[in-house]
Amino acid sequence: MSGESGKPKTPLPGTYLKRDEYMKLPGLIKYKPVARYLFSAGQAQSRFLHGLKEGKILGVMCPSCGRVYVPPRAYCEYCHTPTSEWVELPGTGTIHTAVVSYIATDRSRLEEPEIVGVIRLDAPGYKEDQYEFAGLFHKICGVTPEQVMDGSAIGMRVKPRWKPAEERTGSVTDIECFEPVEG
Amino acid sequence: MRANLHVKDRVGIVGAGMTLFRRRFLETPRELAWEAVKQALDSAGLTLRDIDCVVIGTAPDAFDGIHMNGEYLADGAGGFGKPVDRIYIGGGTGVMVPISAWWHAASGHCNTVLAVAEEKMSHAMPHPQYVFAYIWDPILERPLGPNLIWIFAMEMRRYMHKCGAKKEDIALVSVKNKRNALDHPAAQAAANITVDDVLNSELLVWPVNRLDISPVSDGAVALIIAREKVARRITDSPVWIEGVGFTLDNTHWYNRELGYPRYVEYAARMAYRMAGIERPWKEIDVAEPYDPFDYKELHHIEGLQLAPRCQAWKLLKEGYFDRDGELPTSPSGGLLGVGNPIAAAGLMKVAELFWQLRYEAGKRQVKKPVHKGVAQAWGDLMQAGTVIVLGN
Ligand SMILES: [Zn+2]
Repeated sequence: MSGESGKPKTPLPGTYLKRDEYMKLPGLIKYKPVARYLFSAGQAQSRFLHGLKEGKILGVMCPSCGRVYVPPRAYCEYCHTPTSEWVELPGTGTIHTAVVSYIATDRSRLEEPEIVGVIRLDAPGYKEDQYEFAGLFHKICGVTPEQVMDGSAIGMRVKPRWKPAEERTGSVTDIECFEPVEG
Repeated sequence: MRANLHVKDRVGIVGAGMTLFRRRFLETPRELAWEAVKQALDSAGLTLRDIDCVVIGTAPDAFDGIHMNGEYLADGAGGFGKPVDRIYIGGGTGVMVPISAWWHAASGHCNTVLAVAEEKMSHAMPHPQYVFAYIWDPILERPLGPNLIWIFAMEMRRYMHKCGAKKEDIALVSVKNKRNALDHPAAQAAANITVDDVLNSELLVWPVNRLDISPVSDGAVALIIAREKVARRITDSPVWIEGVGFTLDNTHWYNRELGYPRYVEYAARMAYRMAGIERPWKEIDVAEPYDPFDYKELHHIEGLQLAPRCQAWKLLKEGYFDRDGELPTSPSGGLLGVGNPIAAAGLMKVAELFWQLRYEAGKRQVKKPVHKGVAQAWGDLMQAGTVIVLGN
């Protein structure tokens, strides 16, 4: 790597293979790990998920510093004391950021692009432009890709679109998406 | 003003080595680690017998496909029968490895330390992006079917909105870094491209196109780190580790402003304080900010206090960050140009500063005289900042 030319004194190690050369290697092992889990949502989030089932967005407040956590934490990250006071948020908020996805988790192309983003929720105690806020990552509907691209979607007022009550299971997907507040 | 740190000894870097960066190698992860270590030892005229301790860095186990990958790599990295430590903070790992090696030596515990970082991503099928599915929160995020690129796109969109930057302004980072990489012998994605090439490449998650992102890579990098007395015996020109900083934010990335990386600022301030640097934008001569995505370099330049907030993209347009500019950034070619084997990519940035500060970077050598450089990596769910300041 050193010397006048910036070239290595000897070629750098590493045997690069084209895809078809790689596929012809002897003894290639195909392996798919099998690991199954049943995750519990924990003290704070179980209550939050129960709230979703009832069509409510619940937050929890730290008694020492007044931060309102959505999603709720059992403890305040700053004070490391138990959070105690549960509050129901109106559910409305503004779009902090939004993007248009053309790919799925495994990077395959989606047939229809999907809009996702971060919703900054209206919550007591938080001021506009504060670094931290109560918020959720979710899908956004009723907004066009053009509105994401030209920036008019950012700052837009939104509210949750709930699944019908009988279809809710206590999951973050009980909210189908966040959609613009009319008018 | 220097922080009142109780270190036994000054610590320097005395050798560096690396493999090529490519997508798809014959070599196994431990063979890649071994190759990089061999290069580093040769460059310093040392053998493994001269090494006291080993620090290994590799990011998610899922890429190499081996749980407890540090142990698996240990012998390839030269750790057989020695104290071995593993660093594991996602993309932040590559710069945390020499930080850990620093305290191994600065404490007086080890005279010489091998700092090794390795990643082999190419054998994850069908695409390593899928492996990232397991980084997300199982309760609140995975049910939404996220792809890792979403989160970067969200951050980039927020930066654009907050700072008034357009996609074409940000694409210039990719153009610069891929061009710089043309002079790097390990480079995987070096190219002379234009802003239009970036804008016309495959659209993945608007605002992110294919060429806004670094490639999938395999590779390994190693540095040799030594206490001052030993370092001076090995070489006339050690490069000193003058400051280190590292911070973790929480994993609730959707509860904070995505337009600015607070955790990078905290890590940078910690490193600058230790290095006695008060005005980094004036005192740093060359920088290697972490650039897995083009906007990330700008984000990190601002977090590193090398440009005022929201000004990095404007300075970039003026050529301020070019190799012959006022403050060259990613003269190596960065992750966008050299490649991004996660942990190894961060350590490659520190290796680049080592070569730059010894005036050994050849065609990559920046035009201005260099005394101090800063390298930084970032990782996990928009939350880890690792920063190292080097001086000659
Ligand atoms: Zn608190």
